Amino acid sequence: MSILTVTNLHKTYDSVHAVDDVSFSADSGELLCLLGPSGCGKSTMLRLLAGLDEPDSGTMTFEGRNLNGLATQERGVGLMFQDLALFPHMDVFGNVAFGLRMQKLPSSEVSVKVHELLDLVEMRSYARRRVHELSGGERQRVALARSLAPAPKLLMLDEPLSSLDRVLREGLQTQVRRVLEEIGVTSIYVTHDRDEAFTMADRLIFMNQGHIIQTGTPEEAIASPADGFVARTLGFKNVLKGTISESSEYLRIKSQIGTVIATRTDDLFMSPSHESIFLRPEDGISVSVKEASNKPAEDSFQGLILERVFRGNRYELRVLVGDGELYCHTLASDRIRVGEYVYLTVDPNSILFLSGQF
Amino acid sequence: MTASRLLLLVPLAYLAIFFAYPLGSILERSLGGDSGFGFDPFRVLLSDSYYLERIWFTIWQAVVSTLLTLAVGLPVAFLFAKYEFPGKTLLKALSTLPFVMPTIVVAMGFTALFGSQGIINSVLMSTFGMDEPPVRISNSLTIIFMAHAFYNYAIIVRIVSALWSNLDPSLEESAKVLGAGPIRTFYHVTLPMLLPAIISGSLLAFAFSFTSFAVVLVLGGPEFATLEVAIYELTAKLFRLPLAGALAIVQLGFTYLFLVLYARFQEQSVVRMDLQPRAATTRHATRWKDKIFVFGMILILLAMLSPLIALVVRWFTIEGGFSTTQMANLFGSDSRGSYFHLSPVKIIWNSLRFALTTVVISLVIGTIISYCITNARRKWRTYADALVMLPLGVSAVTLGFGYIIALGRPPLDLRGSWLILVIAHSLVAYPFVIRSLLPVLKGMNPNVREGAAVLGATPTKIFMRVELPLIAPALFVGATFAFAVSMGEVGASLILVRAEFTTMPVAIFRFLGLPGAANLSMALGMSCLLMAVVSVGFIAIERFRYKGVGGF
Repeated sequence: MSILTVTNLHKTYDSVHAVDDVSFSADSGELLCLLGPSGCGKSTMLRLLAGLDEPDSGTMTFEGRNLNGLATQERGVGLMFQDLALFPHMDVFGNVAFGLRMQKLPSSEVSVKVHELLDLVEMRSYARRRVHELSGGERQRVALARSLAPAPKLLMLDEPLSSLDRVLREGLQTQVRRVLEEIGVTSIYVTHDRDEAFTMADRLIFMNQGHIIQTGTPEEAIASPADGFVARTLGFKNVLKGTISESSEYLRIKSQIGTVIATRTDDLFMSPSHESIFLRPEDGISVSVKEASNKPAEDSFQGLILERVFRGNRYELRVLVGDGELYCHTLASDRIRVGEYVYLTVDPNSILFLSGQF
Repeated sequence: MTASRLLLLVPLAYLAIFFAYPLGSILERSLGGDSGFGFDPFRVLLSDSYYLERIWFTIWQAVVSTLLTLAVGLPVAFLFAKYEFPGKTLLKALSTLPFVMPTIVVAMGFTALFGSQGIINSVLMSTFGMDEPPVRISNSLTIIFMAHAFYNYAIIVRIVSALWSNLDPSLEESAKVLGAGPIRTFYHVTLPMLLPAIISGSLLAFAFSFTSFAVVLVLGGPEFATLEVAIYELTAKLFRLPLAGALAIVQLGFTYLFLVLYARFQEQSVVRMDLQPRAATTRHATRWKDKIFVFGMILILLAMLSPLIALVVRWFTIEGGFSTTQMANLFGSDSRGSYFHLSPVKIIWNSLRFALTTVVISLVIGTIISYCITNARRKWRTYADALVMLPLGVSAVTLGFGYIIALGRPPLDLRGSWLILVIAHSLVAYPFVIRSLLPVLKGMNPNVREGAAVLGATPTKIFMRVELPLIAPALFVGATFAFAVSMGEVGASLILVRAEFTTMPVAIFRFLGLPGAANLSMALGMSCLLMAVVSVGFIAIERFRYKGVGGF
């Protein structure tokens, strides 16, 4: 049962289409992730839902109520800003209590609730600290408690962890997820980070240039990204253009790196003349060192290593193949160096086809 | 001892000789009377209800003036902080104009507009055929309050709008999301955040109203005298120097208190907030409500300038005003038309050269002090800041009076020299250099300096090539303020000046004291010239102003 429905929403700033014909819905208690690069319209979407900006057209309904034109403070939604926007002139308690005081709760009740929330984010002993005395992660947790305090039915979080370092961010992701699940609030979480989205989301919404490109669970998205943009956002690096030159038991695809052989699939959008787009997970490429004794397999590519990055348990390589580039990884070997030639063998089963644009 | 420490000795010595020593002499004069060291003058002061009343009056008129200043200043600050509209830069420059106007010009403008023969009354009388001027606020408290608000509202606008326009908009938006309406958002979030700026601006406005001189003297008439006016009368007319000294010390105590508070709040308003670049927070007025507000505020701002416009209009319309005879009087080299045995051209030249010398001295003193304050330990900064600002709060009359006592006798007798005037001016002027320079220095990334040093620049080269270009706009602003202060200074000048060193404000003051329409028209003409000279200097300010966070 969807609690939030957004239909054909448009918003233009200075003739830029920030949000362009966006429709989606959210179920009660669901955690949605809006995923996309900066400037794709994610934050604008949240501002429209919070009533900080009014849409040019389209409707937003929440719990059966039309949100359009309703003042922010009457919408019953929460929003956690990217810069957190904690009130610097109040202490932690004052910040968390703000929303409760706006509801004119008696101060004894405010105090009880604030301490409950501070318990929830494990900040109980910090109640009397000033905001500028807190570390980045502590501020994040206070901001979360503050936005949960008025018990919003819909909580929106605008890249709340983006200013933290990686270790802290990963620790907080699971904590935020736990808190949101415990409360059971419907949430929209904005991020541009794939791993964060995977950690947080029940469902992902990919946005680019004001449009929604794809909606689905993380598993669905990984299994079949809708287009090149989604694929790259999900972290796939080998997204290439190609044309099917031969379609028999195997497909032969002409591309910048040469002719690639792929297992035949039943996707209807492919035809011999169709210019399709495909990607290969890096795992589908095996790397071997070029040696005189080592004859290349018929379907392997010769490539020149342009870049080598050590990742602890493996090397990531950028390899020049034909007129294009492939990314792949291999276990440590002192023969795999920048400037060396290698053979790359591509697993025909690892190739995926994208229905959308490059 | 390093070179920079040695450099600090220059302003310290200057302040010791030309500020502390004269003030100390006042103290000595009032405490060490004929009958030995004692607190007699203070005893006289405290038992004389007239002087107690003066103290009380000075305080409460400053409170009322400050409240009125806030009432005008805050809406204007909101306008400049939150809205973009055509002509904003020009209007901003114009709205600051009253603050750099010499007080004597402000007083003249108010007389020209509201006086019994002023424009408003003349128009009303001729339109409705009245025999008596209907608006009678000259020589009243009302006109003093209005003039103080007119003179000081730009301080509030500058300080508050600088902070307001840089407040992170998501703070207010957060409050809304958390369920606060517009009024509660303002009361619980915006206002508390602005409070340090509002308080520091108010304290400064209070200090200026507290030490107000020319406005009260010219507009208030004999009934209303602030401490400053009382000191002037005791010194220049009644020659009761010990009593004047005691009053000056009382005034000094009050102003130091205000300035310490000012510096403390000023520090707070800069340090604690995450400030956002200005562009993110201003918007064009698109809704009707906004448009009406912007339009209305612009009208009010233009109305605020009317005393200055009235000054010019009155000069043109007064009998014997803007005429060839008067031009000849103003610009001719004939000194027979003058009452000072000095041609007006000479007077203008006096003002200009004194002002330029003042600028040079103020820049040197102000720059060195600013660097020292920036590098000082946090604990001392507030007190040092307030201390070096003290000359701004100490009335010029007190200063001039101290000079008469201290610098009119060996070992340092400067009474015959024009230097004594310039020194007095520079003491009132250099705090402005500090105020415009400090925000830039505080905001300057120390890595810039270290970066230059790593690249092999010597300290001198670092200053000339790296720091000077960065602080140049602020120096320019400070210089313009110093110029305006010197051009308009009247309190110390009235006490110290010799006939041959008469300056424009002093001449205006003297013209006003003489009977007859011809003298009034000469005073108006001189005021208009003074206004023109200062305006030209000031219009340039907005173009060079430091565009960062903070500001005066």
